[in-house]
Amino acid sequence: MKYIDEYRDGRLARSLAAAIARAVDSSADYRFMEFCGGHTHAISRYGLEDLLPANVRMIHGPGCPVCVLPVGRIDAAIRLAERREVTLCTYGDLMRVPGSYGMTLLRAKAAGADIRMVYSTLDAVRIAVAEPDREVVFFAIGFETTTPATALAVRLAADRKLINFTVFCNHVLTPAAIQNILESPDVRELGRVRIDGFIGPAHVSTVIGTEPYAFFAQEFEKPVVVAGFEPLDVMQAILMLIVQVNEGRHEVENQYVRAVKPEGNAKAKAEVAEVFELRKSFEWRGLGIVPYSGLRLKEAYAAYDAERRFAIAYAAARDNPACECGAILRGVKKPIDCKLFGTVCTPEAPMGSCMVSAEGACAAHWTYGRFRDRVRRAS
Amino acid sequence: LVPDANVGDYVVVHVGFALTKIDAEGARRTLALLAEAGAAAGAVP
Repeated sequence: MKYIDEYRDGRLARSLAAAIARAVDSSADYRFMEFCGGHTHAISRYGLEDLLPANVRMIHGPGCPVCVLPVGRIDAAIRLAERREVTLCTYGDLMRVPGSYGMTLLRAKAAGADIRMVYSTLDAVRIAVAEPDREVVFFAIGFETTTPATALAVRLAADRKLINFTVFCNHVLTPAAIQNILESPDVRELGRVRIDGFIGPAHVSTVIGTEPYAFFAQEFEKPVVVAGFEPLDVMQAILMLIVQVNEGRHEVENQYVRAVKPEGNAKAKAEVAEVFELRKSFEWRGLGIVPYSGLRLKEAYAAYDAERRFAIAYAAARDNPACECGAILRGVKKPIDCKLFGTVCTPEAPMGSCMVSAEGACAAHWTYGRFRDRVRRAS
Repeated sequence: LVPDANVGDYVVVHVGFALTKIDAEGARRTLALLAEAGAAAGAVP
């Protein structure tokens, strides 16, 4: 397919790998975090780690929307779906995320709850129009990429004066999470995670642009390179990061120039600003309570806010104590460090959120990476 | 979300919505850079 296949050329990837090998300073160590789950997936799927020199390591970040949703929010959605009048609509990934006591939306559906998987927020609006007797709630999650879609659905519902459509909003913000990681004790005091630079998200940046990253580059002196999701994009971004580190620079650069503009998508940002406002804080799986990291509906759209309509009281809940998703999301541990990985926790029966979505570090490693582990052990 | 999109344009679609247009010039420039980086590396034994 045009604009995709060209960026998957294996021959070019190998020569880029040679360019990277030439660029690295053999006496130095390079550790880069790819924030976004899309990149985690690409790195695993195309085996990019095998193409990198041994002193260049990639640390998987928390940019997988399904992974960072805390158990308490899943529990709240399940309780909501169990209400007789409610039809809960959501993206497919969320169906299998475990809440407390191993309960999932899929199991709640099997037990009789009216839960429907949708591909777009507009499908949920359509259901609300077609079934006026049902209280249709859209269980909204995601970073800046999915938030505009939710904003448009709320505005459409308002235009049509729908009284049976609401949104259970769990939208979160990328810059807040990056800042949280950089300020975390793991990075700052304990030194358990060293990060020399970031690969900035692809689709998120099409919306917010490259400007929001300037703060991290300056304040924390970390280079950020926004990259596309194809393997050559990621390789080139790694090369750009290495060059910046070698030259002692910490700037925001854009590898994904074919899709990302410095200012992002003005229309999408305006839609989001119209409907949503910042929450004072929001809980993330792995990162804990992060200030000003989540969104909620503005007062003007309160009628479309499921948390208000159904008086959803948020109660934090504990992860499975053996599950290492939290540490994996902070970059402290790797999937294979978790004793649940590949034993009782697989994509078919996930115990933790990182095993659910294809963007999750554990699912990506299970699907692609574990075979390399075996080769490595055998050799 | 991309008001200036026309028939024949390539767009990045996320959960059913176009987020941005693919800029042909930007795409070409990236490929040229990649080829250049590859060629430079290839010249070294």
